[in-house]
Amino acid sequence: MPDLSTTYLGLKLKNPIVPSPSPLMQKLDNIKRMEDAGAGALVLHSLFEEQIMQASQLLDHYLDLGAESFAEALSYFPEAESYNLGPEGYLEHIRRAKETVGVPVIASLNGVSTGGWVEYARQIEQAGADALELNMYYLAADPSQTGAQVEQMYLDLVRQVKAYIRIPVAVKLGSSFTALANFAQQLATAGAGGLVLFNRFYQPDLDLDNLEVVSNLNLSSSVELRLRLRWAGILYGRINTDLAITGGVHTGTDALKCMMAGARVAMIASVMLEHGIGRVRTLLADMARWMDEHEYASVQQMQGSMSQKAVAYPAAFERANYLKVLRTYKSPL
Amino acid sequence: MPRKQVTLDANEAAAYVAHHVSEVIAIYPITPSSPMGEWADQWSSENKKNIWGTVPLVQEMQSEGGAAGTVHGALQTGSLTTTFTASQGLLLMIPNMYKIAGELTATVFHVSARALAAQGLSIFGDHADVMATRQTGWVLLCSNSVQEVMDLALVAHSATLQARLPFLHFFDGFRTSHEVMKVEQLAEEDLRALIDDNLVRAHRARGLSPDAPVMRGTAQNPDVYFQGRETVNPYYLAVPGIVQQTMDRFAQLVGRQYHLFDYVGAPDAEHVLVMMGSGAEVAQETVEYLNARGEKLGLIKVRLYRPFSVEHFAHALPATTKKIAVLDRTKEPGGAGEPLYLDVVTALVESGRAIPTIGGRYGLGSKEFTPAMVKAVFDELKHAQPKNHFTVGIKDDVTNLSLDYDPNFSTESPEMVRAMFYGLGADGTVGANKNSIKIIGEETDAFAQGYFVYDSKKSGSMTTSHLRFGPKPIHSSYLIRAANFIAVHQFNFVEKMDVLAAAEPGAVFLLNSPYGKDEVWDRLPRLAQKQIIAKQLKFYVIDAYAVAKETGMGTRINTIMQTCFFAISGVLPREEAIAAIKHAIEKTYGKRGEAVVAKNFEAVDKTLANLYPVSVPTQVTSQFDLRPPVPAQAPAFVQKVTAPMIAGLGDDLPVSAMPADGTYPTGTTQWERRNIALEIPVWDDKTCIQCGKCVLVCPHAVIRAKVYDEKYLANAPATFKSTTARWKDYATMKYTLQVAPEDCTGCSLCVEVCPAKNKSEVKLKAINMADVLPIREAEKANWEFFKQLPDLDRSKLSVGLVKDSQLLEPLFEFSGACAGCGETPYIKLVTQLFGDRAIIANATGCSSIYSGNLPTTPYTANRDGRGPAWSNSLFEDNAEFGLGMRLTLDKRLEYAAELLRAASATVGAELAEAILNADQTNEAGILQQRGRVQLLKEKLRGVNTPQAKELISIADVLVKKSVWIIGGDGWAYDIGYGGLDHVLASGRNVNVMVLDTEVYSNTGGQMSKSTPRAAVAKFAAGGKPLAKKDLGMLAMTYGNIYVARIAMGANDAQTIRALLEAEAYDGPALIIAYAHCIAHGFDLAKGLDQQKLAVQAGHWPLFRYNPTLVKEGKNPFLLDSKAPSIPIDKYVYNETRYTMLTQSNEEAAERLLKLAQADVETRWKMYEKMAQG
Repeated sequence: MPDLSTTYLGLKLKNPIVPSPSPLMQKLDNIKRMEDAGAGALVLHSLFEEQIMQASQLLDHYLDLGAESFAEALSYFPEAESYNLGPEGYLEHIRRAKETVGVPVIASLNGVSTGGWVEYARQIEQAGADALELNMYYLAADPSQTGAQVEQMYLDLVRQVKAYIRIPVAVKLGSSFTALANFAQQLATAGAGGLVLFNRFYQPDLDLDNLEVVSNLNLSSSVELRLRLRWAGILYGRINTDLAITGGVHTGTDALKCMMAGARVAMIASVMLEHGIGRVRTLLADMARWMDEHEYASVQQMQGSMSQKAVAYPAAFERANYLKVLRTYKSPL
Repeated sequence: MPRKQVTLDANEAAAYVAHHVSEVIAIYPITPSSPMGEWADQWSSENKKNIWGTVPLVQEMQSEGGAAGTVHGALQTGSLTTTFTASQGLLLMIPNMYKIAGELTATVFHVSARALAAQGLSIFGDHADVMATRQTGWVLLCSNSVQEVMDLALVAHSATLQARLPFLHFFDGFRTSHEVMKVEQLAEEDLRALIDDNLVRAHRARGLSPDAPVMRGTAQNPDVYFQGRETVNPYYLAVPGIVQQTMDRFAQLVGRQYHLFDYVGAPDAEHVLVMMGSGAEVAQETVEYLNARGEKLGLIKVRLYRPFSVEHFAHALPATTKKIAVLDRTKEPGGAGEPLYLDVVTALVESGRAIPTIGGRYGLGSKEFTPAMVKAVFDELKHAQPKNHFTVGIKDDVTNLSLDYDPNFSTESPEMVRAMFYGLGADGTVGANKNSIKIIGEETDAFAQGYFVYDSKKSGSMTTSHLRFGPKPIHSSYLIRAANFIAVHQFNFVEKMDVLAAAEPGAVFLLNSPYGKDEVWDRLPRLAQKQIIAKQLKFYVIDAYAVAKETGMGTRINTIMQTCFFAISGVLPREEAIAAIKHAIEKTYGKRGEAVVAKNFEAVDKTLANLYPVSVPTQVTSQFDLRPPVPAQAPAFVQKVTAPMIAGLGDDLPVSAMPADGTYPTGTTQWERRNIALEIPVWDDKTCIQCGKCVLVCPHAVIRAKVYDEKYLANAPATFKSTTARWKDYATMKYTLQVAPEDCTGCSLCVEVCPAKNKSEVKLKAINMADVLPIREAEKANWEFFKQLPDLDRSKLSVGLVKDSQLLEPLFEFSGACAGCGETPYIKLVTQLFGDRAIIANATGCSSIYSGNLPTTPYTANRDGRGPAWSNSLFEDNAEFGLGMRLTLDKRLEYAAELLRAASATVGAELAEAILNADQTNEAGILQQRGRVQLLKEKLRGVNTPQAKELISIADVLVKKSVWIIGGDGWAYDIGYGGLDHVLASGRNVNVMVLDTEVYSNTGGQMSKSTPRAAVAKFAAGGKPLAKKDLGMLAMTYGNIYVARIAMGANDAQTIRALLEAEAYDGPALIIAYAHCIAHGFDLAKGLDQQKLAVQAGHWPLFRYNPTLVKEGKNPFLLDSKAPSIPIDKYVYNETRYTMLTQSNEEAAERLLKLAQADVETRWKMYEKMAQG
C-alpha cells in the first residue's frame, strides 16, 4: 500500500482527496460519511456575507411592508424574540463538524465588505476551523476598473484577513487574470498559504422559450482539469505556497495528475454529487492501485514530478501547447 | 418603590396585567382590541410567566362567541380566565356574559370600546358596545387614560375575586387603546400584592370537578326562577365597597388614588360635568384651564359604572352644584336619554337632590372631542333653559340638537412640544415617531404622548402623527390643533391639502422635498406660501429620498426624518439625540441583523448634511392653488359630500348631508383620483398580443381594453394609441389598451404577467413601467377619450375566453386595496361577467373595507345604470345574509310568475310564455329577456289593475339575478363556517366566493383554519402546527354543491370556467380562490408567480366539482392541475410567513416543512383517486 499522505496549508492529511464546497457539506451526516469514505480533509460550503446581509434586509423589508399604514392592521407578522440571521448557524456547523470528524475541517468564506471578511474570518477561527479558504469571487465587469485595481483589492483582503487570524489561509481563485503567475506570487507574499485552482462560477445561458437568462452551475467534467493542470504545473516550485486543484477531478487518474502537476490536494465535488459520497473510496483505491502498479511509494514522491519545471518540454505548458494541438490534426492543404 | 417608566399604549398595558394574572386566555381578533390578544399570545409563546410562575395558556377561537364559550368553560372549571374584545365581538359574548354573571363567576374582560355597526360600520371608539352589556349583570369599570388602564386592570382582576362578579374593564378604542403614553409600569410585586391567593383558591374550588361533583346550568320553572334571580343582590350591593377598598389598597401600594367617582375641579363648583372615558381627560384639562381663569366648574369622572352607586355618586357631587351636564359617548335612539344621563337623573332623584340636569352625546365613532366642545357644554349650562339631549362636536341641522362651539378655543400649554407629522404608511413615519416617543420618554423627565391617524385606504395610505412632550402630565386626549412643529414627509401632500392649517405662529415646518432650498419656494401652492409668511414659520427642507437611496434605505425615510426632527426641534441636545436615535435603532432593528442597523446608522449620519433652512421671501409668488379633491364634472353628491371627506374636511359636514339610512351611491372611486403611483404601465402596441392577461390581473381595474370601430378615432388625442384588433371576427376593428394614470397604484402585476417580450430588447414587454410625471397629463386625456369609446356587444363575445372576457367592462374599479392585491382581480372578474345583474353580500374583512369604506367606493354601474348592488351585514352572518337575498329573489320570481301567468291574456300569451320559459344561460339570452321584460312593463303600463301595478313593480326579477356571497377565509373557515355550511346545504342558488389569503388579513395577519402548516401568523408565532382545513372537500361531501378551487395566476382559463359554471349551476356553488396577500410577506408584483408555484407544489390543486356531470353519468370531480412537480419549499420559501420560521426556529421549520410536504402528497393522492372515479 503506497503512502497517500500529503500536507496542505501546514496540515498533515492522510491522503490528498479533499471534498470541496457543495450542498453536501450542509449536512453533518454527509460530512461524517465523507470521512468514513476516506477523505483527507474537508472544505465546508461557503459562508456568504451577501446572503446574510440579504436575509437580514429582506426580513426587515417584509416585516415592515404594509405595517403602520392601516388602523386595523398595524403589522402583519408576530415579532419573534430573535432571528438567526448572522453567521451563527454556519459557525455552529463548523463546531459540530469538528466534533463529528477527525480530519481537518477547512471553512470557506465569501465576503462583501472588508469588515465582513475580517469579522467573519475571526469568528470562523474561533469556531474551531483548521484553516480558512477565502472564496474570492469578483467579476470585473466595470470597464473603468483596471486589472491592477482588482488585484490590489484581492491582495488587500488577504493581508487584512491574515492580520486578524492565525489559522492558515488559502485563496480560491478564478482563472481570469492577465498575469496569473505574478498575481499568484503576490498572493503568496501577502500571506496566502495555499492557492485553490480554480473556482467554477455560475454561467449564464439563454432560454429561448422564455427569452430569459438562466444562470446555473453544471457539474464539472474531467475535461476541465486541463486548465488546472496547466497552472498548477506552471506555478509549482515557483511560488512559495501550496497548490490545490478543484474542478474536474473525477477519477483516481485525475487526482494523480493533480499531484504530478504539483498540487498538494485534489478537491472533488461534482463526482460525489453525481455518484455519491462513496466515490471517495473508489478514487483512493484507484490511486493506490495505479501507484502500486507503477511502483510509486508515496504521493509526496510524485508531487510536482510533471510540473513545468520537471518535464522535458516545459513549453508544453505554455503557448506551444496550442500549436502542438493544432499540429495533431492533418492539414487539408 | 421606584417603578419602571415605559412608553406603551393601553392595549399593551391591559394585556400586561391580564397576562400576569391569568391562567387561560381565549382570544379572537377584532379591531381595536386585537393587539391585546396578540401581546398575550406573543408573551406566552416567549414563555413569559404569570405571577404564579407558569405560562398562561392562550387559545385562539373561531369567533368571539367561541371565545366567550371557552372562557365560560374554563371559568366553570376554576381557571383564572380572561379575554379581550370590542364592538360586535362583545355583542357575540353577551349570551355567555349573562351566564357567567348569573353563576357569580370571577373574571375580567378587557374591552377597547368601539362603535357598533348601524347605518354603517365604524372601527372607531365609542361606548355603544359596552352600553349594550350594562344589563348583563357585569361590573363595568372604565379607564380614561393609558396609565389608568394599567392601574384599573389590576383593580378589576383583584376585585372580581372578592366580589365573585365578572368585570368588564373598558377604555376608549383607538383614542386610549392606541395612544402611546409614558406611564409607570406596575411591578410584578404590585400585581402579587393585589391578588389574594386565598380568593384564587376559592375560585378554583368552585370549579366543576368529578372529585366533588355538582351541577350548574339547570332549567328552572316558574316556581323558582324569579327567586333564583334575586339571590345575587347581596353580591351587587357589596361591589362598590369592594372596588373602593381595592382602589384604596392600590393607592397605598402604588400612590395613585382612584374613586368610584372621581371629582375634579372647584370644591364649590356650580356647574358640573359627568362623563367617563378619554373624554373625561379632555374635560379635566378644560375644567382646570377655565377654573384658573375664574370659573367654578367641576367634573365627575365615572369609573365604576355598574353597579351604579347612588351613594358614592351623591358623595362625589359638590353640595354647591346648581346644574349638571351628563355626556354619553353612545346613542340610544328612542330612549328617554342616553344611559349615563338616565343613571345620573335617577341617582339625583333617589338621593333627593333636585338639580337641573341635561344630557348630551359626543364623540361617536371616535369623533374628535376637544376642550372647545367641553367649554361649549359648560357655556350651555349658563343658559337659563339649557338645551337637553344635545349633541356636541357635529353640526346637526336636521333636528338642531348640536351645540355651537368655538373651534379656536385652546387649552394647549405653551411649554408643551406639539408636533405633527404627515407621512405615508409605507415611509415608516409612524414607526419612527413611536421610537421618538420612547426616546424622549426614556431619556428625559418629560411626559410624552403619541396618537396616530390612518386613512381608510390600504394602498398609498396617509398617516398623521400627533406627538406631545411636556413637563406636566398630559390629559390632551385629542388631536393637535395648534402645532409648534409640522413635518410633511411627502411633498405631494403640500399640493393637495392644507398641511399648515394647524401651524401656530413661529412654528417649525420641515418638508421632505425633491426640490432644494433655493427651488422649493416656487413649488409650493399659494396657500402654503401665504401661511409660511403670515405665521413666520421656520422652514427647513431635506431631500430625504435622496439620502434614503444613498444609504440603501429604499423608500423608508423614517430614520432620516426622525433625525431632522430631533436636530431642529431642540427637544434634546443634538449629540445626545443622535446617540439616542442610534440606541433606539439598535433596539428596534438589532435582531433583524447588522446590515439593517448599519444602513439606518448611515442614514442618521448622512442626514444633517442634507438638511437646510429655507430663506422665506416676503411675498406670495405662487401661481397655483391646492388641487381640488374631485373634478368639476363629478356629480352633485360627490361634490357636496364626498369631496369634503376626501379633502379631510368630513368633520365639517352637517347631519343633513348624510344619507339617513346609510344608502350611498356607487361608482365614486372614479372621482377620487389619488395619484399615488410614481410609475405607471405604458402600452407598447407593437409588442402586444392582446391576450388580456394584464387587464385580468389588474387589482385596481386601471388597465382596460376595448375593440371598436376605427371611425371613433377621429377626435383621438395626439398620443392616443391604437392598433389593429387581433380577433378573427373583428379584424377590421381597432384595439386599445389604456391605463388610468391617476388611479394606478404602480404595483406592476400587469408587467409581471405580460407574456409578450420585445424582440429587440427582451427586458421590455408589451406593457412597461414608466415615470408617471412626464406622461400623466397626456394619459389623462387618453383615458377620458378611451372611456367614451363604445364597448362591444357583450352578447357576441365568447366570455369563456380570457381574451374576450377582458373586453367586458369591469364594474369594480380603483378600490383602496393594497397595491398588488390578490383578492380584487377575482371580484373584478365577477363584475365583468355578472356585474350588471349581481347582488353581493360581503362579509366584514378586507373585501368589505376596500369595497365599502368611505369616502369613495369601487363598485360602479355600466352605461345603462346597471351594476352590482352591494351590502355588508356582519362578519359572522354573511352566508345567511346572502341567502336572505336569494330567498327574496326566489319568492319574488315565484310571485312575478304567478302574476304573469294571470296576466297572460292581457300581455299576450306568447310574451308571457317567452318570459317564463326564457333561456337565460348566456349573455344573449339575458339580453333578450331584458327586452321582453321591458316590453312587458310597457304593455302593463296602460292596465289599471292592482295586479298589473304589482307586476310592474317586480318585473325586473324576471331577468336572471346573480347572488354572490363574498368573504375571506376568516369568515368562511372560522367565524362564518356554521352559517356557510347551512347555506350551502340549503340547495339555494347562491354563489359563494372565498378570497382565501390563508390568514385574517384585515386585522393584521392572525391565523385562521385556512392558514397552512408551517406558516407563521399572529397566534401561530411558532409556525402553524396543523394542516389547513380542506373547505372544498367538506363541501363536496354534500354531493349537490358546485365546488371549485381556483388560482388566477396558475390557470386563468380555469378561473373563468369555474366562475361561469358556478354561476350557471342552479344550486349552491362554492369557489375558493387563492389570493396572495401582503400578509404573506413577499413582493406582490410576483403574486401570480407564487400562485403558479402553489399549484405546481401541490399546495393548491385546482379542481372543479360539478354535480351536473353526475346526471350525465360522468365523474363530477375534475382535477385541473397536474401532480406536484416541485417540492413545497420551492414555493413556500419565497414568502416571509414561512422563511421567518427558518430564521427564528430552524428545527421547527424543518419539521413542519416535512409535514407540509406530506400533507401535499396525501391530499394529492386522494384527489387523484377522486378524479379517477
